[in-house]
Amino acid sequence: MAQQITTATRRRKPLQLGGYLGLAVAIAIMILPLLWMFLAGFKERDEIYTVPIQWFPETYDLSNYAAALAAVPFGSFFLNSTIITVIGAGLKLLLGLTTAYAVVFLEFPFKKFVFGLVIFALLVPQQIVMIPNFTLVASLGWINTYQGIIVPGLASAFGTFLFRQHFLTLPISILEAAALDGASHWTRLWRFIVPISAPTIAAVALVSIVSEWNEYLWPLLVVDRSDMMTLPVGLMLLQNNDGVTNWGVLMAGTVLVTVPVLLAFFVLQKRIIAGLTAGGVTG
Amino acid sequence: MPTIEDLQRDTDSAVAVAAPTSVATPAPPRTFNARKKKKPWKSWLLFLLFAGPNVALLIVFTYKPLLQSLYYSTLQWNLGSASAIPVGLGNYVAWFTDPGTARVVTVTLIFTVATVGGGMVIGLLFAVLLNRKLHGRGAARTIVVAPYVLSGVAVGLLWLFVFDPNFGITAALLDAIGVASPPWYNDPHWALVMVIIVYLWKNVGYVALIYLAALQSVPRDVLEAASLDGASPVRAFRNIVLPLLGPTTFFLSITTLLSSLQSFDIIQAMTRGGPLEGTTTMMYQIYEEGFQAGRAGYSSAVATILFAVLLVVTLIQMKYVEKRVHY
Repeated sequence: MAQQITTATRRRKPLQLGGYLGLAVAIAIMILPLLWMFLAGFKERDEIYTVPIQWFPETYDLSNYAAALAAVPFGSFFLNSTIITVIGAGLKLLLGLTTAYAVVFLEFPFKKFVFGLVIFALLVPQQIVMIPNFTLVASLGWINTYQGIIVPGLASAFGTFLFRQHFLTLPISILEAAALDGASHWTRLWRFIVPISAPTIAAVALVSIVSEWNEYLWPLLVVDRSDMMTLPVGLMLLQNNDGVTNWGVLMAGTVLVTVPVLLAFFVLQKRIIAGLTAGGVTG
Repeated sequence: MPTIEDLQRDTDSAVAVAAPTSVATPAPPRTFNARKKKKPWKSWLLFLLFAGPNVALLIVFTYKPLLQSLYYSTLQWNLGSASAIPVGLGNYVAWFTDPGTARVVTVTLIFTVATVGGGMVIGLLFAVLLNRKLHGRGAARTIVVAPYVLSGVAVGLLWLFVFDPNFGITAALLDAIGVASPPWYNDPHWALVMVIIVYLWKNVGYVALIYLAALQSVPRDVLEAASLDGASPVRAFRNIVLPLLGPTTFFLSITTLLSSLQSFDIIQAMTRGGPLEGTTTMMYQIYEEGFQAGRAGYSSAVATILFAVLLVVTLIQMKYVEKRVHY
């Protein structure tokens, strides 16, 4: 037995080294482009347009950031993105919770059909339906409005699916106690089910927030006024300003868009990762 | 020595980590007020109150437009125009006989196969690496997943600078080994390679994450038994781990296919479908025809074709999986 373990560990050594090498390569590939973006945000023109490339700027001044903020209304972009994300993700969560509750705990003759309707929607890419939706939103006068950006993508399919999976695992005794207590379904959902489901809800919420924040195509279609643009849509304005790309300013703008998300990800990564994994592991 | 519990804690077991088998298990009856059978309509009404708004939104913004799209595809109609001419299958005939269609289909196929297939292979490699008991793998996992949560537009723009044929990182790296940078911006083939690389960079972390979670649920004693039997790690992986990953691979093949076919942000930020339409996928064509050229009827026809393909591929995947994967 002891013999076997030592040969096993001896065989491990070169494997271990290869593992670290692989890890280092993977990390380098993922980090270098981001580092390149950060550093470019501080570079002067002659530090960018130079061969061989220069990794680090001489000074870390903020003139590219000032130029980016002066060129496009980043403040409005940030505000719009925040409003749309908070309202959109919040309502989507609410719809997911109530639909999953109904599907799991309430009686209805066509329950399976209703759930199937929700799940099948996952197979319909947003882009397939964008022309009719654009026509509808335009006819409602919702172009350049928050509701025009938020409402068409509001329905919850994936969230409903995940919450349903989770609700099916809840101990039924708690819910029976709640029922005997005479609590209404609304109270049962908010007093009993939501508190014990907090980790799942947080995970799903964070994933919705991230995708809402990054959403690009739909806001691009329904907004053409810069004061109503979200961050991803507005960022593209920096690219169009003149014929030649001013990388320093563009990268400064890109940093402004990515850094809040990166910081949030590093702080909340456990929950976000749990949310991303939830679909894969249960489905 | 970390146990399986340790590893699972690592991925945060807070979310219902049910085994993939749970999909097939019929749910036990959960309606805990089932014994009060007196007033079923009350429960029905509540059901409508709880699920109704979501279902209504799906009908208005997903199912109705799906049918509308089908109808629009039979019209010669410009976006925003008040009049439309019914042309039957004219838009479909036009698409299938257009000399540019072969290119769009090829670009779509190459992009899809490379991003879905490449993503699964690289993602699995990363997952195997991150599953090893190496120092710093927690941090590595965070870094590998980070690009996935970033805006596709921002990712596209920052990579555009990385690929700058004169002043970018790739030019410098290639220069170091004595190779001139390919014309990433101006050559249709290289531009396609470029957007594929960027798409993989952004999304591979998700695949790695899902595979990692699945790998961590492979019982360690199964692997230990195999290695005591004298099976090499590669053989143990191929014969034991890979089959166990079947359901995960199936799930990923559908989700990554769906998101690959929908990818728009990176192409719009980097190439706008060019140069010479070298990066115009079907999805990009739908946008371009509908919203740039304003040919809403034609665009709807392409959308309908794409949706039909998507449905067929998904059904085939499910059929195939029924035979191959044992839940």
